[in-house]
Amino acid sequence: MYDWLFGPFIEFEFMRRALAGTVALALGAGPIGVFLMLRRMSLVGDAMAHAILPGAAIGFLVSGLSLFAMTAGGLIAGCVVALLTGIVARNTELKEDAALATFYLLSLALGVTIVSMKGTNIDLLHVLFGSVLALDDQTLLLIAANATITLVVLALIYRPLVIECVDPGFLRSVSGAGAPAHLAFLALVVINLVSGFHALGTLLAVGIMMLPAAIGRFWARDITLMVVISAVTGTFSGYVGLLISYHAGVPSGPAIILVAGVLYILSLLFGHVGGLVRQMLPQRHLEA
Amino acid sequence: MISRRHVIALAATIAFSSVSVPALAQEKLRVLATFSILGDLVKNVGGDRVEVTTLVGPNSDAHVYSPSPADAKKIAAAKVVITNGLGFEGWMARLVRASGSKAAPVVATKGIKPRKQAAHGHSHGHDDTDPHAWQSVANVKIYVANIRAALIAADPEGKAAYEANAAAYTEKLDALDKEVREAVAGIPQDRRRIITSHDAFGYFQAAYGIEFIAPQGVSTESEASARDVGRIITQIKRQKIPAVFLENISDPRLIQRIAAESGARVGGQLYSDALTDEKGAAPTYIDLIRHNVKQLVSALTS
Repeated sequence: MYDWLFGPFIEFEFMRRALAGTVALALGAGPIGVFLMLRRMSLVGDAMAHAILPGAAIGFLVSGLSLFAMTAGGLIAGCVVALLTGIVARNTELKEDAALATFYLLSLALGVTIVSMKGTNIDLLHVLFGSVLALDDQTLLLIAANATITLVVLALIYRPLVIECVDPGFLRSVSGAGAPAHLAFLALVVINLVSGFHALGTLLAVGIMMLPAAIGRFWARDITLMVVISAVTGTFSGYVGLLISYHAGVPSGPAIILVAGVLYILSLLFGHVGGLVRQMLPQRHLEA
Repeated sequence: MISRRHVIALAATIAFSSVSVPALAQEKLRVLATFSILGDLVKNVGGDRVEVTTLVGPNSDAHVYSPSPADAKKIAAAKVVITNGLGFEGWMARLVRASGSKAAPVVATKGIKPRKQAAHGHSHGHDDTDPHAWQSVANVKIYVANIRAALIAADPEGKAAYEANAAAYTEKLDALDKEVREAVAGIPQDRRRIITSHDAFGYFQAAYGIEFIAPQGVSTESEASARDVGRIITQIKRQKIPAVFLENISDPRLIQRIAAESGARVGGQLYSDALTDEKGAAPTYIDLIRHNVKQLVSALTS
């Protein structure tokens, strides 16, 4: 049993690296996911996976197949899209989802154009997106730095961000911190996603952000607890998913997300807050 | 796969094309080779007297080739059709039949003792014979003899030229064979083994004594699981394999990781089934073998 649970991590360095990477990712991405969910922007991750294409393409034009240049370009493109989205959503009638949709589609179209100008049919995004089993020192440092920045910045903007999610009108009447907090948050989203794509691939980066957040929603009413639950379930899914990937021979990214998916379905059924079984059995709810 | 619609299209094309190909006396002998390596051999034997076309061109994978109507037209126009045989061109027999070509396909590997393909290898859809016979230079001398015979049969006037070309090319092949043996002799005995997912080097292994070990339980087409990676690393460590050539795994970072953890060196690209274009590293058969040997030597000698 001990061997089953810890053996792979003791024997192989790549397993230890994968675990460290997923834990760092879960710590940063979980809280971000909670706020995204509360702002009804749960699908931003998928949009962002396409929005970074022009940046990656320009990076590729400038310095060839250099992962660093492509990631940096992707980060810049993602930030531009996110900032424009935030500005439009705050200052016009368009809501955040519509604003994001327009900019990400424009960005994707621009990216495809730039790629085809070079006359290559390399799937740049495929090249850019990594795998959790292949983390080198540089990538690990990137994820860790990322999680650190995310947690520190979130701590700094926590109060305005929470109030913004719940009652933006009130925040605007008492403080000017709403807009900067909002934009800083969007930048965090981009950093987490792009470095997540680079290190772990799209599925894992978006999945470990949104599924734990949704799980947290079923167990907690206050945001702090939700954030904690999301980080813990994300970490747990990463560990169990890697074990399953090792013992059953399943690809790692999908295995981790499927574990989170099982946790999600259990929470959906039995969760404290609005779980389906709870709703159907009101007497048990009262006893609890 | 040739669908029924393909066949109808082919039949139509051939009906037209067979009318429009006049047999001029000075015209070069039209020879069709099924893939690029074979095409290069035919060019060397035929010289100026033949015009060679290939179905599966440079940089293309014959395994995933699917014939187009234009290909049937090429076959119909060819006086000689040269194939590798040994099950390499699973689609060939049907294509020749569909094209209505009168040229009976010549099998270039006639007389070569076929090897059994390892059970876990990629299958060409037929039996388990390994078709990659050209990976041994000695075999290619038999290819050349077969091609010479086929060209002479189709164009008796050029007999002297074909024989001279074939003799000159065979000499080059002998030199190449010697070169490969010398290069391999320079690698220490216990380091002559690599891991590769590419199961196309059975004849090379038999002829020159470098062992090509397949990674266990790994499908290179799908995303790798932690178990796959763990197994490769354990295998490399246990069998003390000095180099890894895993070109099919899509993420180069993953190969770097495997190499870093197992202590093996990462090899470059090995060409097996197709030549590259003019700008590539292996535009001809001789270049291809030289390139592969160079990659192997630089990865295996410390």
